[in-house]
Amino acid sequence: MLDRAPAGPSAKDEAVRRVRFRGAGFVPASSRFGGWIALALVIAIWQAAGSTGLVNPLFLPPPSAIARAIYQLAISGALWQHLSASLLRIGVGWLLGTAAGVAVGFAIGLSRLARSVGITFISALFPIPKIALLPLLILWLGIGEEPKIATIALGVFFSTAISVYSGVDAVPRNLIRMAQSFNVPFATIVRKVVWPGALPAILAGFRITSSVALLLVVSAEMIGAQYGIGAFVLQAGNLMQTDQLLAGVVILSVFGLIVGRVINWLEIRLLHWR
Amino acid sequence: MDLIANHITHRFGELAVLDDVSFTVSAGEVVAIVGPSGCGKSTLLSILGGLLLPTSGAPELRGSPPADSLNPLTFVFQDFALLPWANVEENVEFPLLHTQLSPVQRRALVDDALRRTGLTDFRKTYPKQLSGGMRQRVGISRALAVRPAILLMDEPLSALDSQTRELLMEDFVRLLADGGMGAVYVTHNLEEAARLADRIVVLSRRPGRIREVVSVPMTRTERGDIAAREKLLALQNQIWSLIRNEAIDAEREVQHA
Repeated sequence: MLDRAPAGPSAKDEAVRRVRFRGAGFVPASSRFGGWIALALVIAIWQAAGSTGLVNPLFLPPPSAIARAIYQLAISGALWQHLSASLLRIGVGWLLGTAAGVAVGFAIGLSRLARSVGITFISALFPIPKIALLPLLILWLGIGEEPKIATIALGVFFSTAISVYSGVDAVPRNLIRMAQSFNVPFATIVRKVVWPGALPAILAGFRITSSVALLLVVSAEMIGAQYGIGAFVLQAGNLMQTDQLLAGVVILSVFGLIVGRVINWLEIRLLHWR
Repeated sequence: MDLIANHITHRFGELAVLDDVSFTVSAGEVVAIVGPSGCGKSTLLSILGGLLLPTSGAPELRGSPPADSLNPLTFVFQDFALLPWANVEENVEFPLLHTQLSPVQRRALVDDALRRTGLTDFRKTYPKQLSGGMRQRVGISRALAVRPAILLMDEPLSALDSQTRELLMEDFVRLLADGGMGAVYVTHNLEEAARLADRIVVLSRRPGRIREVVSVPMTRTERGDIAAREKLLALQNQIWSLIRNEAIDAEREVQHA
């Protein structure tokens, strides 16, 4: 039994005080407009610093100059020329890498043989910076679009495969046992249990692979391309056209933002049950 | 159709879990399996239902299941095992999707199962929107939809609060009342075993061996009477005296593990 200090004067004689609330914090909730207000504030300060001559526009052009550069790119048609080249490479590379990654990820998640072989290869090859393979891919595939697309596809493939087999591993085994207890065929279990169960991890993987694809397309275009946002940014940098350079960066940022929104929308549509 | 546990022994690596367990569940009979924690009750049920291969011995069937049975041995799981992305109706229909039934026939079976479990008004509800008791009702409804010959119930009430347990116990008594469907009912709860089962298989501490098979000396209908309560309580005490010391040892073993 716990020993207690001898009781003091009767509690009835003491003043009443409220119990201090100690449960605050650790529940971060973002406000709806907070982020946008902060962004607007940063842009305003940036613009003021440029307009007042506090910052040399050659080193950091003000937002208005960047907006003007984007507008000029748009009306000259150059924006679409560069953007379409990058989008094509990203689109094809991402689709190829994702299709292969999903297939291999499911094979690793569902087959003992594929797991033994696949995980070893993925562990060995995943850490290689894929852009380092571009010269080799140019040697194999020529100097056209193929090596750039292949670089993106390779980068996307490994991340996708890892997120897919991790997702398959995370599907609760009790659901699979339940399906087996009803004699549900293997293919139906994969389609109706494993696929939806792994979908959250797969969509999270898409978020990562879209960034990987963007990173690789810019890198690949900087190494060997006439058109594309990466090539445009590199060219602007070489010519010290920093407003153009930052225009390219803003376009990349907007692209990343749009892809993020699309994935959010997919999550809301496909994972409404969570 | 009878379900036979034929000299079932099972080991997980070095760990002996079950040792030469044999008994028969006759058609329409309800058999409860009780025993101390870790004695292999759930393992035995998985083996009986074909979800786990025993180290030796085998689960066997004798006779044919009812003609309309789509899955003679059907589980009701402790954790419900519902598909979280499917609504109630889709969960109940899930085990019927791969059968030869037409959509109209499937719909009829789903409707009937939902009606029998009082879920008709919840057919479009998702599992996360339901209470534990209602989720287990979905699990029971899904099991009923395939017209089982024998229900394999793995502590189906253990994750629920006492009031919900009582309500679902009444449902089980009602569903099993006509003897058209048998059951193997794994439980820690001796009251549940005594109220529901025709016979109670008492397993020893790990490795689980059959210590005793106790027959419940009254019909399922009689067990609902107030007069039967004393008899049932005496039966529970009898079983408890069989497993009490081993349950204490098993608990200490778990704490030291």
